[in-house]
Amino acid sequence: MTTHAHRTTAEAIISAVAAERTGMVASLIRLTGDWDLAEDCVQDAVERALMRWPHDGMPRSPAAWLTTVARNRALDLLRRRQTERAKLQQRAITDEMAPGRALETDAQSDDRLRLIFTCCHPALALEGRVALTLKTVAGLSTAEIARAFLVSEPTMSQRLLRTKQKISNAAIPYRVPPDELLAERISGVLVVLYLIFNEGYGQHEDHLAVEALQLARLLVDLMPGEDEARGLLALITFQMSRRSTRFDAHGDLVPMEEQDRSRWDTALMEAGHRQLRHAARSGRPPGPYRLQAQIAACHATAAAAEATAWGTIVALYDALLAAQPSPVIALNRAIAVGFRDGYEAGLAELDALDATALAGYYLLPSARADFLRRLGRTDEAQRAYLAAIHLAPAGQPERRLLQRRLTEL
Amino acid sequence: MKYMMFVVVDPDAAAEAEPSEDDLTIEQWLADVDGRGKRITGDALRPVSDATTVRVSRGQVVVTDGPFTESKEWIAGFDILECDNLDEAIAIAARHPQANGGKLELRPFRTDED
Repeated sequence: MTTHAHRTTAEAIISAVAAERTGMVASLIRLTGDWDLAEDCVQDAVERALMRWPHDGMPRSPAAWLTTVARNRALDLLRRRQTERAKLQQRAITDEMAPGRALETDAQSDDRLRLIFTCCHPALALEGRVALTLKTVAGLSTAEIARAFLVSEPTMSQRLLRTKQKISNAAIPYRVPPDELLAERISGVLVVLYLIFNEGYGQHEDHLAVEALQLARLLVDLMPGEDEARGLLALITFQMSRRSTRFDAHGDLVPMEEQDRSRWDTALMEAGHRQLRHAARSGRPPGPYRLQAQIAACHATAAAAEATAWGTIVALYDALLAAQPSPVIALNRAIAVGFRDGYEAGLAELDALDATALAGYYLLPSARADFLRRLGRTDEAQRAYLAAIHLAPAGQPERRLLQRRLTEL
Repeated sequence: MKYMMFVVVDPDAAAEAEPSEDDLTIEQWLADVDGRGKRITGDALRPVSDATTVRVSRGQVVVTDGPFTESKEWIAGFDILECDNLDEAIAIAARHPQANGGKLELRPFRTDED
């Protein structure tokens, strides 16, 4: 009983801290222009909260408490610097961050958007954008990000440093882009979030996928009128609704048709449908994320694998190819045709693809192998599986699934 | 913030150029950028066939014909821009006639703080 109460408190503290952290970092960056100072001060406030609150209880306004601690820490650090710039920074903080009061909610929302757009600026290297978004917007530690991307902590720390330095040295503005740039820059933000999602979703331990879901929710909260942001949120939500069935007890991948659909998360699926309905109200023709979310919705709606609406899915892939031509989308369309018109037709579609553009990509031989297996053409299937295994990433679940299929032939 | 904008000729990009009616001539681009006081100076350079590279090795001045890089791309000119931020410099670079069929590289100047 006591243990349970204690755990609830810890969870309440962690969620209160998480709710405030990004806005505080974002506002401090605007006030001081100093990313390291902002992160350092907020981290300090968070650590103090995690130490004090379990004993003293939560303050009446956790936001005001955290803001005051972060503010005092910032002023402390700046006083020691004794430069003209530090004086201006101190004034900005004392003017806007009153002791005992939380930052204005509206100002924090604007600041969080500024932070997201700046982290995802196209003049930054993509890997730097991903790392900085995870660090400052999602609040992950450098060690956690380094682990997720399989690099050493000093390497990741260097990558974050270079990215922050470029923002400052090249004068990348800390702002939400003006209207004429907004469409282009939002798609740059969505690319970063989807990349974070995919990085996590391929793994049994899918921390990054959960972070991406939260980041997409944040973006939709901050920009409710952006239908493609809702499209991305819907897409991630549908995919996350299947997460508990995607891996078996040994951490091996379970293909969608073998997943136990009764264990798909209906609340998440309903949330995905809701986002898609909301996005449709924009009246705009669906962009790439909405289309991909609609494809995911088709799978979610099918009561059984055999009941999948492959005709609709092929039509959606056609629209997706028109909006965003890509060899990988063409490959997925060919697979859908195989399920709609029969495996022979699927093989013909695969053969018609641009093999040069897909060279070295294991999913092409793996799709061939799958159709050949279903047609009972075992010898050809075996060769195709071997080709796919050769190209699949070593040690990854995808490769183990192909090996299992090969032994099952 | 001051940026050096290198105007780069790239034969690969030139082959893929897609002229459009919105393209500015260099005169129109200059009139716009100078009119808004965003350009400190700038000029065009003779091609790399007229370049000379100089270095000192063991106390000897070594002079060679040609550019310092072995690259198909070469710097054909430069402009020094004074902009509020990188987005403004990107917008100016994107309207330069050489953006379509060539490249522009933006490099911030070092400042005293560096």
